[in-house]
Amino acid sequence: MSEMTKQRPKHLALHQIRMPLAGYASILHRVSGAGLFLMLPLLIWLLQLSLSPTQGSVEMFAAVTGNLLVKLILLGLLWAFLHHFCMGIRILLIDIHVGVEKQQAHASAVAVMAISLALTAIFGLKLLGAY
Amino acid sequence: MNRLVVGAGYGLKDWLAQRVTGVVMAVFTLIMFAAALGGAMASREAWQAFMSNGFIRFLSFLFIVSLCWHAWVGVRDIWMDYLNSAALRLFLHVMTLLALVGYAGWAIQIIWRL
Repeated sequence: MSEMTKQRPKHLALHQIRMPLAGYASILHRVSGAGLFLMLPLLIWLLQLSLSPTQGSVEMFAAVTGNLLVKLILLGLLWAFLHHFCMGIRILLIDIHVGVEKQQAHASAVAVMAISLALTAIFGLKLLGAY
Repeated sequence: MNRLVVGAGYGLKDWLAQRVTGVVMAVFTLIMFAAALGGAMASREAWQAFMSNGFIRFLSFLFIVSLCWHAWVGVRDIWMDYLNSAALRLFLHVMTLLALVGYAGWAIQIIWRL
């Protein structure tokens, strides 16, 4: 038993491990979820400011969302949400045995990355006031 | 006593909860997107009127509960996967839970005060 334990390959050099794209899409699901969780107070605060009727809230909302750093954080959260959303749909489809085969799973991972980035660009330009 | 005394018995329940809450949030997201296209976010007044609607408040409530439940399962999985120290894990589990319950209360009073 101890001989077997010794011979078991250990390869935990993270920088050497090459994952398929679906692996990166999957870890980004976790990263995006963690980011959204950490920024929940900011998002709830903005919701509060957007719905409060006081003049102070109107000004504070404008000041906060006008800040460049906040805009960048919101842009990042926009991507995080969209990636998490698209990846979530992929997970639900795989749950019901849609796209389980290797090629389809790779194609859907590509689609998740591409669609979430494209939507981030579209909504992000709106967020930054480009249109 | 046929009780299983080892292993975590909450795996299937959490797996299902993660799916159900995810679907609730996805549907709510699509509703909000449609509302935005319909002009619900065109002005502060339109946004407040939209969010004050009884049915939307009902849906927002479900969204907030789903979000916090979903985040609890997800964040707890992260702590369980990467932390070896049981003491630190317990501490962060409790902190995460307290934060999420607080966020839920905060967000719900925002939409229900309208």
